[in-house]
Amino acid sequence: MVLLVAPFFAARFYIYILGVIFVFALLAMSLNLLVGHGGIYQFHHAAFYGVGAYTAGLIAAKTSLPFWIGFCAGPVMAAAAGWVIGLFCVRLNKLYFGMLQISLGSLIWIVALRWYSLTAGDDGIHGIRMPEVLSSTINAYYFLLAVVSACILVMFLIYKSPFGVTLRAIRDNPQRCEAVGIDVRRHQLLAIVIATFFAGVAGVMFVVLEGSIFPDMLFWVLSLEVFIMCLLGGWFTFFGPVVGAAIMVALRTFVGSVTEYWTMILGIVLILLIFFLPEGIMGINFREWARGRSRRAAARAAEGTDAAG
Amino acid sequence: MELNITFAGLISQFLVGLSRAMILFIVSSGLSFILGVLRVPNVAHGSLYMIGAFTAHTLAMAGGGGVAGFWMALFIAPLIVALISLIAERLLFCHLYEREHLMLLLFTFALMLILGDLTKMTWGADYRSLVAPPFLQGSVSLLGTPFPKYNLFLLAVGPMVAVGLWLFSSKTKVGKIARAAAVDREMVGAIGINVSWVFAFAFVMGCFLAGLGGALVSPTVSITLGMDHTIIIEAFLIVTIGGLGNMWGAMAGSLIFGVSQSIGVLLWPQFAIVFPYLAVVIILTLKPTGLLKSVW
Repeated sequence: MVLLVAPFFAARFYIYILGVIFVFALLAMSLNLLVGHGGIYQFHHAAFYGVGAYTAGLIAAKTSLPFWIGFCAGPVMAAAAGWVIGLFCVRLNKLYFGMLQISLGSLIWIVALRWYSLTAGDDGIHGIRMPEVLSSTINAYYFLLAVVSACILVMFLIYKSPFGVTLRAIRDNPQRCEAVGIDVRRHQLLAIVIATFFAGVAGVMFVVLEGSIFPDMLFWVLSLEVFIMCLLGGWFTFFGPVVGAAIMVALRTFVGSVTEYWTMILGIVLILLIFFLPEGIMGINFREWARGRSRRAAARAAEGTDAAG
Repeated sequence: MELNITFAGLISQFLVGLSRAMILFIVSSGLSFILGVLRVPNVAHGSLYMIGAFTAHTLAMAGGGGVAGFWMALFIAPLIVALISLIAERLLFCHLYEREHLMLLLFTFALMLILGDLTKMTWGADYRSLVAPPFLQGSVSLLGTPFPKYNLFLLAVGPMVAVGLWLFSSKTKVGKIARAAAVDREMVGAIGINVSWVFAFAFVMGCFLAGLGGALVSPTVSITLGMDHTIIIEAFLIVTIGGLGNMWGAMAGSLIFGVSQSIGVLLWPQFAIVFPYLAVVIILTLKPTGLLKSVW
């Protein structure tokens, strides 16, 4: 609700920041589908975010096709890339999976960086024109809000579905899942395709918001940042990554405007978090809340027995 | 695309790749050592490498840029890096060993962020370059093509470090304890060895190698912020294709990485950096757990 009415009283800059948070929230949630719920170490998730953004951006900038084709093609291309890379990676476990995934993802990054004639290399492409409807910040904001909420809803349904439950079971005990007849690799691959699809959506949303694409979007440092958002917010909770993304973006924007050393502040915040909130912000909240509730319940039960006695 | 490769050109490019591989080996063997003993991918490794390069530059400049300054930089810069890592380890990292693995990874990431900004504070955002000392300047002629002397120096130092590391880990008591801790840390603790200090030692030792790599590379590249991001990803991939925690694996991986890149420059300059990544993909597809036996 607050997000719906926000544009009426907040300054344009804050609307833009909220938009950025939406993009990263979606990206972090799609990654968390793999890392938090699937136990799959997808170390280079930003590659697919970049594929989505580059597909949409290039179609908009280099062809005369209508926008909506680019919007749809972005996530589809990202999911296709996710499927191909996933095919190679699912045979490996944990850290080896992550390493192979980084190198395959980095190949995509290199193509975006070095194929000057198509992608303009290091400079990227800026000022991609959006359709009239989306050209104002407010409209873009509502479009983003709608798309991101829809995606999160779909992800929530997936999370609650039998598939989501199976995925969490695989995370907790892959051998046992295999023993009861679950095709572990196929479930993981499907999860990767779903997650990379939503990463592609996040990429397209970035293009809508920013109107530019550049190779840093596919660099592994961004992937690590998104990974941190998941851990920061609480990677065993569903909405944790949103909190993580909001904190990261807010830190970068507001601390970054005060001092150029915002990454150091981020590092210090992370270390404090590791020492004091090891399950992420949402993780601790839930536990406290549950403890509080059970205590209250116990108190009520005690009162009941007192009254009875 | 027209290929115009002479035999001499190929050999000289091959040697350039080999000398690059020596730097990669020194850095990635440190990473591999930490990974083997602590089981933590040390993301801050690249930052320590960068600090090594910057410190070497400062020390060499303080020493007047001559031979004395060069040797001073080469020996003292890695020690300073080791000291930084010792402080970080004893102050913070050692309290986390019992934690979830991803938390350790997160800690090293936080360390990378902090060290990166500390580097920016100390040395600024400018590019720096260091000239090699006089006796390593210029080039020698190999099969009619000029080859930089400094690269020959690197070709000599790399194997020396490898042999030193091998002697250390197989002949000294500390090295043996560290290897044992890599295989079974509980057992090592059970026979009365302070595992926490073994871990500290392994971490500092690995970081020392990162600093040494940084000091050695400083005369060949422009020293700049951001060099940490490039090296760390390369070092990770090398360690992975070589077999986690295996020192000779790090050597094999470095050779493959360095040489495939330098040969790639001859074949397709624009996409030269694709070649090492392709090599990684091929190796991991064929042999998912790396070339040599992993200690895990």
